[in-house]
Amino acid sequence: MAKPKELANKPERLTGGHRLCAGCGAPINVRQVMSVCPGPAVVSVSTGCLEVSTTIYPYTAWKDSMIHSAFENAGATISGVETAYNSLKKQGKIKDDMYFVAFGGDGGTYDIGLQSLSGAVERGHNFVFVCYDNGAYMNTGFQRSGATPRGAWTTTSPVGKESAGKQQNRKDLTAIMVAHDIPYAATASPHNFKDLMTKAEKAFATPGPAFLNVISPCPRGWRTPGDQTIALAKEAVQSCYWPLYEVENGKYKINYKPKGDKKTPVADWLKKQGRFAHLFKLENSEEVLAEIQDYIDRKWEELLKKEECLV
Amino acid sequence: MARKAITGNGAVALALKQVEPDVMAAYPITPATEIAQNYAQYVANGDVVTEYIAVESEHSAMSAAIGSASAGARTITATSSQGFALMWEMLFIASSLRLPITMPVVTRALSGPINIHCDHSDSMGGRDCGWIQLYGEDAQEGYDNVIQAFRIGEHMDVRMPVMTMIDGFIISGAIGPLDALEDDEVKKFVGDYKAVNPLLDVDNPVTIGAFDSLGGWYFEHKISQNRAMENAMKVIEDVGREYGELTGREYAHFKTHEIEDADIVLVAIGSAAGNVKTVVKKLRAEGRKVGVLKVRTFRPFPTEQIREALSGAKVIGVMDRSDSFGAQGGQLFTEISAAMYGGESHPQIYNFIYGLGGRDIFPDDIEGAVEMLEKAAAGEKLEQKRHYLNVREG
Repeated sequence: MAKPKELANKPERLTGGHRLCAGCGAPINVRQVMSVCPGPAVVSVSTGCLEVSTTIYPYTAWKDSMIHSAFENAGATISGVETAYNSLKKQGKIKDDMYFVAFGGDGGTYDIGLQSLSGAVERGHNFVFVCYDNGAYMNTGFQRSGATPRGAWTTTSPVGKESAGKQQNRKDLTAIMVAHDIPYAATASPHNFKDLMTKAEKAFATPGPAFLNVISPCPRGWRTPGDQTIALAKEAVQSCYWPLYEVENGKYKINYKPKGDKKTPVADWLKKQGRFAHLFKLENSEEVLAEIQDYIDRKWEELLKKEECLV
Repeated sequence: MARKAITGNGAVALALKQVEPDVMAAYPITPATEIAQNYAQYVANGDVVTEYIAVESEHSAMSAAIGSASAGARTITATSSQGFALMWEMLFIASSLRLPITMPVVTRALSGPINIHCDHSDSMGGRDCGWIQLYGEDAQEGYDNVIQAFRIGEHMDVRMPVMTMIDGFIISGAIGPLDALEDDEVKKFVGDYKAVNPLLDVDNPVTIGAFDSLGGWYFEHKISQNRAMENAMKVIEDVGREYGELTGREYAHFKTHEIEDADIVLVAIGSAAGNVKTVVKKLRAEGRKVGVLKVRTFRPFPTEQIREALSGAKVIGVMDRSDSFGAQGGQLFTEISAAMYGGESHPQIYNFIYGLGGRDIFPDDIEGAVEMLEKAAAGEKLEQKRHYLNVREG
């Protein structure tokens, strides 16, 4: 990876002036990923916060070519762009080397966009798909998604007499991508920019599809102060709610392993977010929090075993 | 030019091959599958430069086509029925982005109940999605329309996607005669593709599909699409004339047969127009004043020309191969009725719905319709505006 100072001096590829909220994780992640893209790119963005806030007609915050067409099809759209490039390049009508990136929120990746992403990965298009996972449909005002963690309040997993937020655990999307035998898949977090950008570099260098799942705190939906975004991302990793790992051609590598006390209780992380506030007021609060902790521990143990076995 | 025996799908696939676009994205669906699989074989054989994307759904077929066309590639797909319905969302986006994608549609009934046979509920359901719609009667017209579609959609006054229809199984699967052009004649007629503001121009990056909401230009963008449709009226005629010079088969928005002195005119679209013509010939031999108007261009709808052509008729029978539940009649019927309302003459207009889900239509059914219309022409008032042909209950 280039030195941070060098990267900071490179021209921005997602410019300021976009309308994303203060403290939003999405543009931080996009800028980190795009800063290591080795050449001109075409970016496909699914409908969502990132798209509506960066392309308010007749303005655009994108310095590379960008296409948005609908919510569920960032994967299919970029596969069309990449195939057009291959066709025109083969015919000698295009000379430049170009890169193809798709950005989707968790809705456009885990849920409505899953089929289109799966198809594009299976077909082996040469592109990088980046999910900025903020754990709910934030653009429509905080509705649950397949990425919403258990216990989180959203407007469609509300808190009431009969419900303490979302009842189910998250979908393990990175595992689903790994199950496609994708050449490169990784999780990342904006607090560890070196790790994120190294992974983005690897993703761009991978021939064929690559997938990055990046945690993206959302101050509005998480009910957290905007200046806590990076700290919350860091604690998500330290608690093993969001482990940092990569899978290269089926081989697992965990990039950060908190030892002993460094692995913080997930309740500490939940407590800092308004979307989990109700969990601490429940009669059976301890039981619910223990179940959430157990799930995180089980997934973490699973990951350690995968790293041990799949080398 | 060589005459060959070929299925409707085969003729369409051949036309696409002769144009040799840059990218095809397609998903199999009965009865259009043959188009995709023939094309995949052309690619496998190295007969074409086209890159083929075997997408995982029709939604992704149209999404990939949008990506490809936006990137600057001449792009095609093909579909039918449920596939058309699954593309629905993306059809509007393709036209609003002004992408001249060409899409043969093999018309088939929409579920449910599931039915794989011909009617026009798929393409007629898509009449408002901003695509130019050209309907063919047989394999020859299917072939000719595909070749012309590229010229029409890519014309700088138009820049709109074009769908060309042939009837499922009746035409798509039946073997008929085809006068095909030579490859180089097709390529010369169609010409090179000129991309407008492509994503792949690294010196001039563009944002496509921007957010255009309240306070933006959405309304004006919609009006510009309608203006393009208006422009397409002339371009379709010009291209049809030029194609006639090349092939001897000239195309206009519609074709008439024996309507000059006709009291009764049947209006039809698709393969049934041929059946109607056969019946009209027989009835003319009996001295009955019947004619037929076959619609080719349904979008943009050639309102004034059709009004003029039908102005001498006393009674018009409009034949629809699709119904519109709760509306006054089928889509062609309401279109023709609205066109005639704006004219000086006010013929009576009746609607005959036929062939839903592939139900056969026999010459007797068409003759029965004409008999009804003759009664109306003689002054007898028919009880209903909408009639169903060859149904099991009254």
